[in-house]
Amino acid sequence: MEEHKRKAFKDLLNLISEAEEIELTDVVIDADELTVTFIPPQAPQMPGYFKLTLEPLTGASKLELLVEASPQGVRLISLPPAPPAKPKPVELIKVKFEYPKLPFKGKIAEVTIGATKSEGGTRSHIIKVGGSSSMPFFLFAETPPNPMVATLDVFDMPSAPRPVREIYGDAINDPAEWARVAVEKFGADIISLHLISTDPGIKDTPVSEAAKVVENVLQAVKVPLIIGGSGDPEKDVKLFTKLAEVTAGERIVFNSITLDMNIEKAVKPIKEHGHDVIALAFIDINQAKDLCRKAMEAGLPKNRIILDPTTGALGYGIEYSFSIMERIRLSALLGEEVLQVPMCSASSNAWAAREARSKDPSLGPREIRGPLWEVSTAIIALLAGTDLFMMLHPRAMRTIRMFAEALKKVRKPLSEAGYESWVTAKY
Amino acid sequence: MPKRLNPLQVYRYLPQTNCGECGEKSCMAFASKLIEREVSVEKCKPLFRDPRYASKLKELLKLIRPPVKEVLFGVPPHEVKIGGKDVVYRHEWTWRFQTAIMIDIHDEMDEDEISKRVKFVNEFKYIRIGKELTLDGLAIRCVSGIPEKFAKVVSRVMKLTSKPFILCSYDPNVLEEALIVAKDRKPLIYAANERNWKDVANLSIKYKCPLVVSAPGNPDLLRSLVKSLKEHFGLDDLVLDPGTNLGDSIIDTISLFSALRYAAIEEGDELLGYPLLGVPAVIWLDKEKSPEEKAYIESIIASSLMSRYADILIMHSTDVWPILPVIVWRDCVYTDPRVPPSVKPGLYEIGKPNENSPLLVTGNFALTYYLVKDDVEKAKIDAWLLVIDTEGISVESAVAGKKFTSDKIAEAVQEFNLAEKVKHKTIILPGYAARLSGELEDMLKDWRVFVGPRDSANIKKFIDKVWIPEVFGEKSEE
Repeated sequence: MEEHKRKAFKDLLNLISEAEEIELTDVVIDADELTVTFIPPQAPQMPGYFKLTLEPLTGASKLELLVEASPQGVRLISLPPAPPAKPKPVELIKVKFEYPKLPFKGKIAEVTIGATKSEGGTRSHIIKVGGSSSMPFFLFAETPPNPMVATLDVFDMPSAPRPVREIYGDAINDPAEWARVAVEKFGADIISLHLISTDPGIKDTPVSEAAKVVENVLQAVKVPLIIGGSGDPEKDVKLFTKLAEVTAGERIVFNSITLDMNIEKAVKPIKEHGHDVIALAFIDINQAKDLCRKAMEAGLPKNRIILDPTTGALGYGIEYSFSIMERIRLSALLGEEVLQVPMCSASSNAWAAREARSKDPSLGPREIRGPLWEVSTAIIALLAGTDLFMMLHPRAMRTIRMFAEALKKVRKPLSEAGYESWVTAKY
Repeated sequence: MPKRLNPLQVYRYLPQTNCGECGEKSCMAFASKLIEREVSVEKCKPLFRDPRYASKLKELLKLIRPPVKEVLFGVPPHEVKIGGKDVVYRHEWTWRFQTAIMIDIHDEMDEDEISKRVKFVNEFKYIRIGKELTLDGLAIRCVSGIPEKFAKVVSRVMKLTSKPFILCSYDPNVLEEALIVAKDRKPLIYAANERNWKDVANLSIKYKCPLVVSAPGNPDLLRSLVKSLKEHFGLDDLVLDPGTNLGDSIIDTISLFSALRYAAIEEGDELLGYPLLGVPAVIWLDKEKSPEEKAYIESIIASSLMSRYADILIMHSTDVWPILPVIVWRDCVYTDPRVPPSVKPGLYEIGKPNENSPLLVTGNFALTYYLVKDDVEKAKIDAWLLVIDTEGISVESAVAGKKFTSDKIAEAVQEFNLAEKVKHKTIILPGYAARLSGELEDMLKDWRVFVGPRDSANIKKFIDKVWIPEVFGEKSEE
């Protein structure tokens, strides 16, 4: 070794010998073994301690060893865990949220209901349903062109659960009066009239008489109309043939065609007199496709068909309706042409649920429990893709309309301070 | 679409000893169930016990982690597990781990009010298809701003219930005071936000409790907070609070929840792969609406957010009627969409029916069957119940859909030889099938057809009225 280097090394050793702690940085020790020799203190009762710290360069957790050295030997003593390192000053790592890119390419057809004078009818306004190109309330993707629509139901015989009967009173005995109260008092802007008494299993009301009821309702109210038949496939063909003719130009929605009908025959008058139709399938996507395809083959374009996949009441099969509706809407948006039609739901089916009707006081007052059950059923259908709701209770109808109106408004964004008072406020 | 693993991918990381401790015959069988989410990984005891498997376990947990993490809080027997979602759309794969429903209380309520509300949560029970539907726990809010006062209320609540709770405050001092008292009950901490996140993160670590991250209306901030909590503090037991709007803007909340869940699952955004918290209780901040209106809207918000991915909800109402639709919807939406909700069609005996016992007909939708059966049993009526194949839909829909027809009923009467089984030759239709009665009478020549009630709850009243012993014989031989 050269003299000056030797001297430098000696100086270094001297320096080390006096040091309490040595920290070597940027030093590479290339060795398989590292031997550290301790010089134990002379007094045996006073062992010496050496702390050995192995710290990886990455800053990850280090290992600290305590070595006890005495004339008797050297031993390793485990150390109590090191006190937590002082928190490093940390900063918020700022990242953005990108709203998802959706794979939807399809668009739901837009169906017009009703016709004003200029369109050849006598209604005061028209109503449009459908037209969206995303899932409901995926508002980051689109604001749908037409918010959902809720009707009020009117029956041609006094048939309604008690909380609804109480609201309408005597009007329930006359469909025209019932419709008038629904529009004038409860603000319905579309009526769904159900001619249930025409059912051969109920009263088998003749077609001519049913036509009179329809005329009376058309006179009594000026809002667009959905007209439901008996549910009997043969009777309804006759019924629709007559009613389509007497209501020509009004752009009525006929409710409904089903797979067990002679669809061509049922659709013909509806098509010829410029009406729309509801295609009723029973919680089955293939049935829904089949039915829509047949209606289209019979000459109705997409924008004159509304699909009803059947709504079970909440607690009575709604989850099957929910999933079938979601599948239908997704399939349509992903490109299945025959399903690119608006969907409707008879949410009034909710009243079949015991929880809606029960008199049991432990479940709470049924005056509010009933409409809540109906609107809950409707909301579930809404979130699965339903555009049009046929509803029984005015309060339930108004709640759905509140959601619809919210779509058209400039809405207040969430303020942090306002929101946080849910924790700190008394209520 | 959900990411589906194959059993071999999972098998690699199992002990492969076929020890059977998990209850399965082999590790491969366990692997199959694990990928179907039918067993939890904790059932493989050796994997957790034996340090030799530590690295396998680590890899396995990473592999089977669902896109929305499972988060646990509370302690057995009322431990709550939320999240664990694999899919956006329910028809793709069952949603797992029901939305937890928590009822709020706060530290300035008087003692009676607190006791009443805790009792409500403890005792709420609604029985549906033989299952008990219950509430999950409490959200305890600090209104006073005084740590000691809050901690005192928390400790009182702990004496009143063993159900889990959320500690709600944005003040780390308040939270810590309560955590000292409550740490052994593993509460959920609400919440870390932009102002307090470092301090609250330390509480989550120190007391080993999961943490809600709150960024109302600000998804950029939400992701930033999660990233910071993960990377700076190593936290992973997180719940996301994107904020719940009130009024019209609730539809923006539904939209935001949808976007966040879609991003987590369909786009694999790991920063959003945590359970979502919704607060329908915000509606109670509205000064103008009546309490009834608020409860009504709260219920609708809760059902909506549950449909759109909320894994935990905080509600204020303690009336039964607004909670009922929410809790029933939860029970429905979390069922397996692949399992048809039906029972086997056929002739069922309720009690010990004989030749004089009433003969009732219904459809094979499971709920219809159980309701009728429960009601007839409760009424202590021995009866024959003929269940027609309605393809698992309710009587009302089945009548409209031609799945509950006179033909089918007449066939079943033949098939089960009912003319021999009952002397009275009387069949009772459900009220919803009234329109079939004429047709059925024509088909079943010497039979009587009665139209029963629409609701099976009224069967007792109906039978008491029409089933006169002089006509039909004694109901039972005893």
